[in-house]
Amino acid sequence: MALLNSKTKAVLLGPLSKNNPVIVQVLGICSALAVTSKLEPSLVMAIAVVLVTAFANVIISLLRNSIPNRIRIIVQLVVVASLVTIVSEVLKAFAYDVNKQLSVFVGLIVTNCILMGRLEAFALGNGPWPSFLDGIGNGLGYGWILVVVGFFRELLGSGTLMDIQVIPESFYEVGYENNGLMMLAPMAILLVACIIWVHRAQNKELQEESN
Amino acid sequence: MEAINLIVRSIFVDNMIFAYFLGMCSFLAVSKNVKTALGLGVAVTFVLVITLPLNYLLETHVLKAGALAWLGDEYATMDLSVFSLLIFIAVIASFVQLVEMVIERFSPALYSSLGIFLPLIAVNCAILGGSLFMQQREFANVGLATAYGFGSGIGWLLAIVGMAAIREKLEYSNVPKPLKGLGITFIITALMAIGFMSFAGIDI
Repeated sequence: MALLNSKTKAVLLGPLSKNNPVIVQVLGICSALAVTSKLEPSLVMAIAVVLVTAFANVIISLLRNSIPNRIRIIVQLVVVASLVTIVSEVLKAFAYDVNKQLSVFVGLIVTNCILMGRLEAFALGNGPWPSFLDGIGNGLGYGWILVVVGFFRELLGSGTLMDIQVIPESFYEVGYENNGLMMLAPMAILLVACIIWVHRAQNKELQEESN
Repeated sequence: MEAINLIVRSIFVDNMIFAYFLGMCSFLAVSKNVKTALGLGVAVTFVLVITLPLNYLLETHVLKAGALAWLGDEYATMDLSVFSLLIFIAVIASFVQLVEMVIERFSPALYSSLGIFLPLIAVNCAILGGSLFMQQREFANVGLATAYGFGSGIGWLLAIVGMAAIREKLEYSNVPKPLKGLGITFIITALMAIGFMSFAGIDI
């Protein structure tokens, strides 16, 4: 297929594991963790970030030869902020409840380091199509972490998934309790630490030498 | 009194890092030793203290629904809050650029010790987060907004300096291989965050 040769394929799939923005490059943790107490907002956030990264990458990639170097950060921020404003207005119109749960964190996609990182490192030096794939790849790499964390926090914390009861009533009758600790913000970061642990145990080349 | 209460609350209870995870990227990247952590913390506090009141004034006099009434009756019904995100980030980015240029011009020594962190601050989520929380909380006056900015900045500084101090000591401990570096830092952050939760409910 002409659209996906081996190089662009690496650009798309690399960020999912070996080059994951969250657990390898340590980008974009800021706006992520506070929204993952339920699966639904995590999914919405993941989709929003995929869209914004992909299109911001395309736009900056198209503009890359005409942006003066000294003010490029402001230009990038303005492009990203306009895209995020659109996403946030769409959310307000079609998914008001989720938008309420996400509160300021939709706006904080603007300063999501993944965006700036990808714009600086990739879109400024590559054509629109690879940049688009790079955006999708990184957005998804960020998204699956969010979804995994959201999945476990909602399952263990409230016994539901997408607000549907999955732990049967009979469990509660014999004394099963929801783990309230899972609903607290710090547990999100602990779960990410566990993901890092598993991921690095599998990929030995990513392990660090010093603390 | 209200301002002091706000400052204490934003340092301990609503700590930017431990309660909202804002500014995590630079928090994790720059917390390797206490000195640089302190430099970044001071820079973040400074930018927060300046940009928060600026954005507050913009919010109350330009962006909020009906805020343009001072221009005349036909503007009284305007609501520009859609653009708040754009305006806030533009203010922050241009202010950071301005500070960078001023420091570079007048104090090269400070510039070289702080220089690399300044461009980082523009994309530090704690700064924009401060402005967005300010918008959400609808403070009564500029003084309270400034107090909130100051408190949040100091809270961020405390967190990153504490983290850096722990990581310096961590050099001597035996951490499982896959957890080295990033993993253990995450776990420590989580434990510190649980510790900070015990401050919840402080009221002066």
